[in-house]
Amino acid sequence: MTHRSIGWTDHRVEVIIGNLLRAGVLLAAAVVLVGGGIFLVRHGSAAPHYAVFRGEPTDLRTPSGVLAEAVRLQGRGIIQLGLLILLATPLARVAFSVFAFTMERDRLYVIVTLIVLAVLAFSLAGGAL
Amino acid sequence: MNTLELTLLIWVGSLVAGFLGALTGLGGGIIITPLLTLAFGIDIRYAVGATLVSVIATSSGAAAAYVKEGFSNIRIGMFLEIATTVGAVVGASLATRLPTTTIAVIFGIVLLYSAYVSSRGVPEPAAVSQPDRLATLLRMDSSYPTPDGPKSYHVHAVPAGFGLMFGAGALSGLLGIGSGALKVIAMDRAMRLPFKVSTTTSNFMIGVTAAASAGVYLRRGYIDPGLAMPVMLGVLAGSILGARVLSGARTRVLRLVFGVVVGVLAIEMIYHGLSGRL
Repeated sequence: MTHRSIGWTDHRVEVIIGNLLRAGVLLAAAVVLVGGGIFLVRHGSAAPHYAVFRGEPTDLRTPSGVLAEAVRLQGRGIIQLGLLILLATPLARVAFSVFAFTMERDRLYVIVTLIVLAVLAFSLAGGAL
Repeated sequence: MNTLELTLLIWVGSLVAGFLGALTGLGGGIIITPLLTLAFGIDIRYAVGATLVSVIATSSGAAAAYVKEGFSNIRIGMFLEIATTVGAVVGASLATRLPTTTIAVIFGIVLLYSAYVSSRGVPEPAAVSQPDRLATLLRMDSSYPTPDGPKSYHVHAVPAGFGLMFGAGALSGLLGIGSGALKVIAMDRAMRLPFKVSTTTSNFMIGVTAAASAGVYLRRGYIDPGLAMPVMLGVLAGSILGARVLSGARTRVLRLVFGVVVGVLAIEMIYHGLSGRL
């Protein structure tokens, strides 16, 4: 019954990934909450600026810039770091699937999953059409 | 109104949206962007960026709960994700070029369609007994648990499903939504997947699709931390609450009410878009 054993492995992998994702989301939410607290303490009384689009400063647009801002304990930088952790959760899910399909010796789906991973990497590395 | 007050209001609004989104299965994302733009006067680009982030949070956060049920088909999900992620990058790139008024009108049309689907519900597709050559080649046929033991199913029309998924991905990237309703329809109607399988697989795909768009949005400066913070935390808390309540709730009336709300927001979005006020 090869089919059933594949199904079981798929399911076990999914359970591991599911728990991993939930942990990632909770971590991201905690970091965003801390950053949000700092941001609101410092800038809570200022007038909001969301009505006019100006785009974020370059430091908040790249992972390295965000990290630098977060290390300097800037509230907005820490929030953005939490959002990057959140962005990484689906990426981790796909990356883990590459590993899982490799373990299952499912070459076709290793390739399929690698394609998805490549598109994600292209987008996160700043690629756009 | 200062930043603190606005942040708290947005948090409460997002909480309610996430709660209703989880109860109705439509996701909170679809009403947050209209809420942010119409009620709070926030630029649609910031609104779309913040909503997209919350979509990832609900998808990844709910994965563990969905997985336990054993319905999702990871092979179908992964294969179709090639289409949704490429579509998402195209859509997100398009979003940075189209005028915001055009985006508002497209958003309104998608909302209208979602309202229609929400109030009607999607009928269970007729099961297919014959295996499909391409689906067999891609090893997509599988089974799902029922009270009477595992029930196997065959997948159909893979190319049509793939094409529809590209469209769903493009809309997700363009509007910052999960476009779960569209994904479910592509899998139900075209590929004839059982309803439970399509909804859970769709949740799995939403997060990955949104991450593909989010990369583009981040680089273009659409994701404002101060705004994304209350939206993400609110939607996440709301959807967790909603999932808790869901098991005992009767959702028929709720879906109808939600459908009407979404319909009204749709008309507002289209009107504001056409009159150039967004």
